[in-house]
Amino acid sequence: MSETMETDGYACRVVDLKKEYVLKSETVRALRGVTFDIPVGDYVAIMGPSGSGKSTLLNVLGCLDQPTSGSLWLGNDDAAKMSDDELADIRSQRIGFVFQAYNLIQQLTVVENIQVPLFYQGRPLSPEQRKRCHDLAKMVGLGDRLDHRPTQLSGGQQQRVAIARSLVNDPYFILADEPTGNLDSRTTEEILQLFERLNNEGRTIILVTHEDEVSKRAKRVVRLKDGRLQWDKINSQEVRDEAARYALENMPVEV
Amino acid sequence: MGLWLGTIQLGVKSLWLHPMRSILTVLGIFIGVASVIWLLAISKGIGDEAQRQIESLGADTIMIRTVKPPSEKMSSQGLTPYGLTREEYDMLVATIPTVRSAIPIREMRRQFQFKNRKLDGRLVGCTPEYAEVTKLELTSGHFITDAENFARDCHCVLSAKVAEKLFPYEDPVGQRIYMPENQDFYLVVGVLKPKGATAAIGGSMAAQDFSNDVYIPIRTLQQRIGDTIMTMRSGSREGEIIELNQITLRCRDVTEVKKTAELVGAALDSHSKMEDIAVVVPLELLEQARTTRAMFMLFMGMIAAISLLVGGIGIMNIMLATVTERTREIGIRRALGAKRRDIIRQFLVETSVLSLTGGITGILFGLLCGPAVTMARTLANTWFEKQMMDLPEVVRTVQPSIVPESIPGAFFISLVVGLVFGIYPATRAAKMNPIEALRHE
Repeated sequence: MSETMETDGYACRVVDLKKEYVLKSETVRALRGVTFDIPVGDYVAIMGPSGSGKSTLLNVLGCLDQPTSGSLWLGNDDAAKMSDDELADIRSQRIGFVFQAYNLIQQLTVVENIQVPLFYQGRPLSPEQRKRCHDLAKMVGLGDRLDHRPTQLSGGQQQRVAIARSLVNDPYFILADEPTGNLDSRTTEEILQLFERLNNEGRTIILVTHEDEVSKRAKRVVRLKDGRLQWDKINSQEVRDEAARYALENMPVEV
Repeated sequence: MGLWLGTIQLGVKSLWLHPMRSILTVLGIFIGVASVIWLLAISKGIGDEAQRQIESLGADTIMIRTVKPPSEKMSSQGLTPYGLTREEYDMLVATIPTVRSAIPIREMRRQFQFKNRKLDGRLVGCTPEYAEVTKLELTSGHFITDAENFARDCHCVLSAKVAEKLFPYEDPVGQRIYMPENQDFYLVVGVLKPKGATAAIGGSMAAQDFSNDVYIPIRTLQQRIGDTIMTMRSGSREGEIIELNQITLRCRDVTEVKKTAELVGAALDSHSKMEDIAVVVPLELLEQARTTRAMFMLFMGMIAAISLLVGGIGIMNIMLATVTERTREIGIRRALGAKRRDIIRQFLVETSVLSLTGGITGILFGLLCGPAVTMARTLANTWFEKQMMDLPEVVRTVQPSIVPESIPGAFFISLVVGLVFGIYPATRAAKMNPIEALRHE
């Protein structure tokens, strides 16, 4: 039906996405037809209680899982109809992942971790790409720790490396799964400010969270319930500023 | 290419996360590869030595030896003549066309004397061809000539050791040695170079060491000493009547040796009842020795292969543990765009790095085999001199000879071991569901 879907100006378009899987002879309908668009430059928070299909949607959006039916348009390609290898290519070229647990590779340095998605694009790194990795590390404030290992960094620093890594392939969107879930409020604020800055620079961000304070900082909130879209609303600038001010005021005093 | 290089770098880094574990795994392959090279080199060394000894008998020769028959075959009174006869020698030379030359030989124990220096040794009556067939070389003078044999001259040729013992100061050539049993003097006409022992062959031929030999023309021996030898032993007389101890036949061509041996056996069939001769064919022994050596090497190679297998299982074991341990990393890589084949490549490269490190170090250590054995022997000789003397000759003198094919072979096998034992862990890693792998703690 959507062979001629208009994709210009969209980071991705989700059309009637359904996902079912069998668990102990019982069919679980995790997604029961979800449709929404993410225009380029958007900053969307996906919310929902556990069991709402939030994680499933995240996996499908991240091209780690395939829907039972429906379409996921990334540019002119429907990721719902792709093979395992094609999905891997999409992940390395069009998606930037940020995880709750940072998920850096322990045996690699900061700069090598940032390079990993480029490594799987199957071409040797060009000098420009190397420079870009350094620039990204500087951009997230780790220009002086290029050769550190993840274990030598704090949680906030690791998450910033992960954000730099998510940007290295110049993705269609950043997909952040509870990126502040493991962080204290001060570092949470750092990360959220970084996201805001990236969004202001034109990056599209999809952020999965269950915290209202975090979701209020996004431009738009999509809430799932029982595998369906519950609501999809725009956060007014006042709501966002209010949330930012509130976070700063309630910052614990540094001892 | 850059991809592979990157993967190799990454593999080394990952392995270096657990240096002890990786080194122990490498050690397994190292021992396997080194033992392949060592065991093959040592067994080849032993085989070569045996072969060299047999070859020194001459591959184109056939030896017919007189052996003492079992006592029940000898008559109880008087002396029974036995063994090869001169008549048979003439018959063999005349009737077998494939024989190029034939040497009659008569040997006996004798005492040699010069001035007051005495030596017990072996007196050998032979013809000039003997020197060529047994590869005797001269340091001075000449070997027995046809003319000397024909004239029954009392001339002799000394082996190196006899010359050294009897003539420590003088030049032996031109001197006369004395044989007290016969009260005869022999003029020394030649001195031989030292020569190594030949192989002992079954019961029919003791190892000949040639070191205490004195050679004279056979016709001289026949005239001066005769066929009957009486010796005094513990108060009673003992004796033997033998015309010839050995006939060495040389065939025109190596390919005719077997046929000739059959003819000889048929011609000397009359001896089968008495069991007083033995036919020795070095060519057959050589072939036997080759077969034995091949089997020995195969056997040793299999032992080494088993240790390589054990090393390979060690690799697989470690890689399986690593895959489980690094489930999370696999998930991350898959999420960031790694395909299944990228994961397979990563783990196969790691196992190959392990096995090739073991392989290369094993080969280097294997190449040290020769010097290491020499050094070990020198040390053992200085510290455990007595115990070393009790060891068999083979153990004391073996010189490993590295089989050239074993080097690329060992390298190839270690690579194959790494790949074969790496495939299962690698595919297991690649088959993981990235979502579950990411959730793994």
